Amino acid sequence: MWRYLLARLAWALPIVATIVVISFLIIRIVPGDPLQALVGDFPAPPDYIAQVRHQFGLDAAIPVQLWRYAAAVAHGNLGFSFANRQPVLELVLARARLTLLLMVPALTIASMLGVVMAVSAAMRAGSALDAGITALSLFGYSVPIFWLGQLMVMLFAVRLGWLPAAGMISLRTSPSGWAALASVLWHMVLPALSITIYYVAVVARIARASVLAVLSEDFILTALAKGLSHREVVWRHVLPNAIIPVVTVIGYHFAYSLTGAILVETVFAWPGLGNLFIVSITNRDYPVLQGILLVSAFMVVLVNLATDLLYAFLDPRIRRGYAPRHA
Amino acid sequence: MRSFASRFARQRAGVAAALFVLLLIGIAIVMPLAGLGDADRISNDVLIAPSQAHLLGTDDLGRDVLVDLLRGVQVSLFVGFTAAAAASVLGIVIGATSGHYGGLADLAVMRLAEIFQVIPSFILAAVLVALSGPGLMRVVTVIALLAWPQVARVTRGEVLRVTHLDYVDAVRCLGYRESYILFAEVIPNAIAPALAVSTLIVGQAILLEASLAFFGLSSVDIVSWGRMLNSGQRFLFNAWWLSFFPGVAIFCTVLAFNLLGDAIGATLDPKGKR
Repeated sequence: MWRYLLARLAWALPIVATIVVISFLIIRIVPGDPLQALVGDFPAPPDYIAQVRHQFGLDAAIPVQLWRYAAAVAHGNLGFSFANRQPVLELVLARARLTLLLMVPALTIASMLGVVMAVSAAMRAGSALDAGITALSLFGYSVPIFWLGQLMVMLFAVRLGWLPAAGMISLRTSPSGWAALASVLWHMVLPALSITIYYVAVVARIARASVLAVLSEDFILTALAKGLSHREVVWRHVLPNAIIPVVTVIGYHFAYSLTGAILVETVFAWPGLGNLFIVSITNRDYPVLQGILLVSAFMVVLVNLATDLLYAFLDPRIRRGYAPRHA
Repeated sequence: MRSFASRFARQRAGVAAALFVLLLIGIAIVMPLAGLGDADRISNDVLIAPSQAHLLGTDDLGRDVLVDLLRGVQVSLFVGFTAAAAASVLGIVIGATSGHYGGLADLAVMRLAEIFQVIPSFILAAVLVALSGPGLMRVVTVIALLAWPQVARVTRGEVLRVTHLDYVDAVRCLGYRESYILFAEVIPNAIAPALAVSTLIVGQAILLEASLAFFGLSSVDIVSWGRMLNSGQRFLFNAWWLSFFPGVAIFCTVLAFNLLGDAIGATLDPKGKR
């Protein structure tokens, strides 16, 4: 098992390195001089331009700049956001926390719901329920998630007036205490629901295929032949075997769901990463855009590693050192 | 080919999806010829709810939503088809070469593909477009660069199988060069699974373009469905039709390509009955 984990860890390193290089190159390959952004549009004296160029290390060779950038990133220094008067890392992490506040409950509910739906669909393959669940997962794969959010707003906030359409907390509540918590939870319902619906579809589709694959295995036939009830077969034999690929898929889809959360936030004016992203595009606050890319990519790598850990833990073949394969 | 068509015809959802895609292609060709679409055809009839004169209503500048919707077909199809075609060519060539020759290069390419699959593609695309400015070709390039690994993976797997078939060895005995064998004998017989994946990429690309436009990352003078949803966001409280119909259009189009991709996949792989 340790060999497997070390291998996965070694696999993550080149990915992290590539992400840092991409993030560095992005600023250099696009048109427009970073110096221009620093100095501003006013005609500046050449001495001043030279001074700024030197001050920000823009006169060094590209590999040197890359090395300095990587070293800074390794020390947690992602630059400074002048628009927000805050270090980028601090800013991005604070907003990422709010995005995760939406994502974690949504993904948890969606994963459980998706697995339950997949099992009931697969047990009655070909039934109306199965068809309905298959249709739902096709819906989830095809619907633009931000439009789903807009539909939610139009139905539950505008037409029915049940839930707030935007923001994270009601302006009339005190910013702390139980009332504030209740208000945040209340504001969370619609955006989290949009992410949940979208994600249930993904989980259900994969879990259904996985359950069907397990159902056709010989040991299920054996279990049924020795007289176990359907319920026992599902709980003791089907689920433990079907859940492993589902866990890995949930983990590996983290990048996908992060994107979904970012888009949904925009609809609901939820002050997370998506909101920061849009504002930073308008402000041309490049260090923040770079920071969002880096932090979200690191988050994805971390979640993937955690998934590998969980996978190794769940699958006894890997736990005991047989068949070190990855999904 | 004949058996492919007859087996495909049995996939009812796939046939319906194919017809819908044909309809969209028709609209994309006819719309510029119809002369209906001047992007700046504004009028005083602003924010009119769907009615007989304006079947799907009008927006805040008095433009007909139905006309804009039909004009948007072109952008979505263009982005979808070009991005998928570019990603497929890249993916097939890289995946096939990598699988055929094997060795260190194969390992490196597959690692690279893995890295691309980890990076959150929407965020990377959004950062790139935000920095370099909007433009359809840029969006297409970014999507293609992010999507090729999907094609490369399935092509590589299929090439690995085909390369070891007897007929390839037979050609090898005739003394042809390996590169000729790869492109003339192996790839044509290993391309089928890539076809299904490419069709799915068309849908993904349309969705990604719409997401970027919704984020405000599209050029103002091109009518696209994502852009319409972006402007509709401001009128969620008083003009539902501005957000409702473009979303339906994106949904149906992406759904059609997903169904088509699934149907092609199921036709090519009759064992996997889904």
